[in-house]
Amino acid sequence: MSDGTTGGDEPLRVILAKLGLDGHDRGLKVVARMLRDAGVEVIYLGLRQTTDTIINAAEQEDADAIGLSMHNAGHLTLAPRMVDAVKDAGLDIPVIVGGIIPEEDAIELSEKGVAAVLGPGASTEDVIGAIRNSVTT
Amino acid sequence: MSDDKGSDDKGSDEARQEWQEAFEKTPQRDVDFETMSGVPVDPLYGEGPYPGQYPFTRGVYPSMYRSRLWTMRMFAGFGTAEDTNGRFKELLRAGGTGLSTAFDMPTLMGRDSDSEWALGEVGRAGVAIDTLADMGDLFADIDLSGVSTSMTINGPAPIIMAMYIATAENSGVERSALAGTIQNDIFKEYQAQKEYIYPPRPSVRLITDLMKYTSAEMPKWHPVSISGYHIREAGSTAAQELAFTLANGFAYVEAAVAAGLDVDDFAPRLSFFFNSHIDFFEEIGKFRAARRIWARWMKERYGAKNTKSMLCRFHTQTAGVSLTAQQPENNIARVAIQALAGALGGSQSLHTDAYDEAMALPTEKSARIALRTQQIVAHETGAANVIDPLGGSPYVEWMTDEMERRAEEIFEHLDALGNGSILEGVYEGIENGYFVGEIADAAYRFERGVNSGRRIIVGVNDFTEGDEGEKNLLRISAEVEEYQLKRLASVKQARDDEAVATALAQVTADAEDPTVNMMPSLIAAVKTMATEEEVVMAMEKVFGTYVERAIV
Repeated sequence: MSDGTTGGDEPLRVILAKLGLDGHDRGLKVVARMLRDAGVEVIYLGLRQTTDTIINAAEQEDADAIGLSMHNAGHLTLAPRMVDAVKDAGLDIPVIVGGIIPEEDAIELSEKGVAAVLGPGASTEDVIGAIRNSVTT
Repeated sequence: MSDDKGSDDKGSDEARQEWQEAFEKTPQRDVDFETMSGVPVDPLYGEGPYPGQYPFTRGVYPSMYRSRLWTMRMFAGFGTAEDTNGRFKELLRAGGTGLSTAFDMPTLMGRDSDSEWALGEVGRAGVAIDTLADMGDLFADIDLSGVSTSMTINGPAPIIMAMYIATAENSGVERSALAGTIQNDIFKEYQAQKEYIYPPRPSVRLITDLMKYTSAEMPKWHPVSISGYHIREAGSTAAQELAFTLANGFAYVEAAVAAGLDVDDFAPRLSFFFNSHIDFFEEIGKFRAARRIWARWMKERYGAKNTKSMLCRFHTQTAGVSLTAQQPENNIARVAIQALAGALGGSQSLHTDAYDEAMALPTEKSARIALRTQQIVAHETGAANVIDPLGGSPYVEWMTDEMERRAEEIFEHLDALGNGSILEGVYEGIENGYFVGEIADAAYRFERGVNSGRRIIVGVNDFTEGDEGEKNLLRISAEVEEYQLKRLASVKQARDDEAVATALAQVTADAEDPTVNMMPSLIAAVKTMATEEEVVMAMEKVFGTYVERAIV
């Protein structure tokens, strides 16, 4: 397993949430457990979060990254909203999106400021690697 | 409970004779029941319990697919009601025999398209229904007395049911003529799919109200489809899918009996919905065990007298979660194998997934290939010529027993949790996180297997060369949202607001009185063009909302 740190000794702190109405939480829960096993501190917000609840949690928990899971084809609207909300709050926290995201949408999301997009089949290493890269760049 | 399988006090010759007579009374399909080499095949091989006989391990009917193939019911819904109406007509032309409706996320959650929560989700994963006007568009020019319609919705199910009834009546079709199914299975929402609105107990009241209403007024309607599909998709094992689903079924039976219904008045209209995953023999064992368990519990525990109350009739859908985004064409093979398992397991209807569904909703072409896949299973493989062709196989019989044994362990746990009531056990298991915990554990075990390479998924963690992905995906344009918002605004503009307010007040008043059936006031409300969300809120004032504890 990869080591879940920012590169120094501090463990990564990651918010995991479902934004909006989408209730598919299998993937997010699996990622939460995998990250915990790898030493990442997971703040699991669960279902039906808004950009506000996520920003509040990110500030209070001093999070290194925000991970969103999207399975309802709403990602092109919702993910950029999250990125903008983070900016508007004056925070410098990368937003990472996982789930059912077609390739060309992944490109569009990157252009709109999403730090990384993880598709189906991403391994633990892929997830941790994406978080670490986003945090350090 | 597994030592008297099927004998049911009948001598085996007598049972065989009875089956033979029942079989001969049923008209056969007009095809040659022979292999492609011309070898004639009997309808049935092996021993009892014979098909159509308690406990129905080998099939719910004496003749199964010898007389009628399963219903090829393809789930569809996207964009506006008019878009989906077009897809419905295309499926009917292509030989589909039943309609199945997917709603978008806001509709499933009881939110209108103009709600803040709906942004970005209108018409994305299904069709958007805000008012009766949309429901009218959805079924325009389709004779509702001539099709059977399945509607996959749960939290706001009674409201959508009210809209369907009103649409039929507007087109001159009596509600008693309507045939179909509404999923209306709230327990698995708390356990797996998470599309709930109200807390469990008021939700169950809505379900029993609908059961009472349909059993009195709509004899061809299935008011609940007890669904393991989503439990499996959320990560459960096959045995958990089986056990949680049937336990939910027992819970609805207990709730309906407590609400004053006689078990034989409603149980014949209960139906089930299972997943057909990729582990072929495990799935077939699961389907066979489901019939046996349901029959035994209905007869022995719930005192059903009518044989129809004991029949576990089910719809099957291939496992969406087994589809891979990598090398997506491989999914056609997966779906074919899963469809064959569904047929060999004795499904009454089947939906086959499209190969591109790991990335997006299916295109017209991929949906057609999926339908063609089950047509190949039905018409080319010969699997439909013989009833329960795997019955008697030592492995399949063992697997059937093993699925049953594992399910019974879970029933024991729930029964103890509910102090002798499965209904209370299910409420408690929702409350204390038992179901979501068990499902998450199983999902994590599976994923670790994939991650470690112990479990091979072709194209994902082995045999990965040659992935070209799939570029030709269905795109839902943002215009759908725009269109739907305009549509909703114009419906609201044209309606009589006073009539809406009066109707909604009646809904709230009826919600406050648990002895009143909600259906009449819901039908009256949707006829005034009250929106789905307005009706949801009128009940929410009384019922409150449900918020899940976030546990990993």
